[in-house]
Amino acid sequence: MKAYLTRRYMFSASHRLHSDSMSEAENAATYGKCNNPYGHGHNYTLEVTVSGSVNESTGMVCNLMDLDAFVQREILERFDHQNLNTIADFARTVPTTENLCIVVYDILQRGFRHAHLEKVRFEETMMNSFEYWGENRVIE
Amino acid sequence: MVYLTRKAEFSASHYYHNPEFSAEENQRIFGKCNNPNGHGHNYTLEVTVKGEVDPRSGFVVDLKQLKETMSREVLDALDHRFLNKEVPEFLSRIPTTENLAITIWQRLSPKLQAAHLHRVRVYETPELFVDFYGEA
Repeated sequence: MKAYLTRRYMFSASHRLHSDSMSEAENAATYGKCNNPYGHGHNYTLEVTVSGSVNESTGMVCNLMDLDAFVQREILERFDHQNLNTIADFARTVPTTENLCIVVYDILQRGFRHAHLEKVRFEETMMNSFEYWGENRVIE
Repeated sequence: MVYLTRKAEFSASHYYHNPEFSAEENQRIFGKCNNPNGHGHNYTLEVTVKGEVDPRSGFVVDLKQLKETMSREVLDALDHRFLNKEVPEFLSRIPTTENLAITIWQRLSPKLQAAHLHRVRVYETPELFVDFYGEA
């Protein structure tokens, strides 16, 4: 039987929203406070949802130890207590939480083999959250 | 179609062990969860039903009935229990969060007449939850 497992993780990072393709005035108008040149930080909550048949021997969709180890190694160690603008993933894209969703989804999609990736969801603050289900998924 | 979600909480203990695995395999696969004396969680259950809004009552489902069904079929059986030893389904099924969601679905689904069960979500901790939609 198919079940969906969601695990939440937290990390803290700073960023500045600034696009080289816009003028200073456009950047200020588009990003407001988020364009402050020295950046600012958030406590991000990351939700990873995977799915699959529940294995009859283990009762699991996937072993949480495998998911936790992968997220720790490939995501938390890469982003926690970093300035996102300095990370190679954001060399060409603005580190909005939309783009962070896509970057993290792609890391999981490429490397995590123990269950099917359904979606990545980020809470940037308690008031803002973002989801990415991959390119081909249309949500009803 | 409108979706209605009712939450409930229960506390229970469990451990993970498959008698077909060796002691080493059980330890490797289940880690701390394999401690034979068990450990506990405060679970949060979310039951989502769906249906058309009844034009006379304005309800998708009578919440009182839903609450009573959840109490009778689920909470009375699971709350303050050692799942492996006291809940019949888990004598032969490892009480993972996945299997809890499936078991709760199987207990509720035949008992909900008016409303159609849409989703069972079980939080083992605030950082881990499982959704089951009745999919094969």
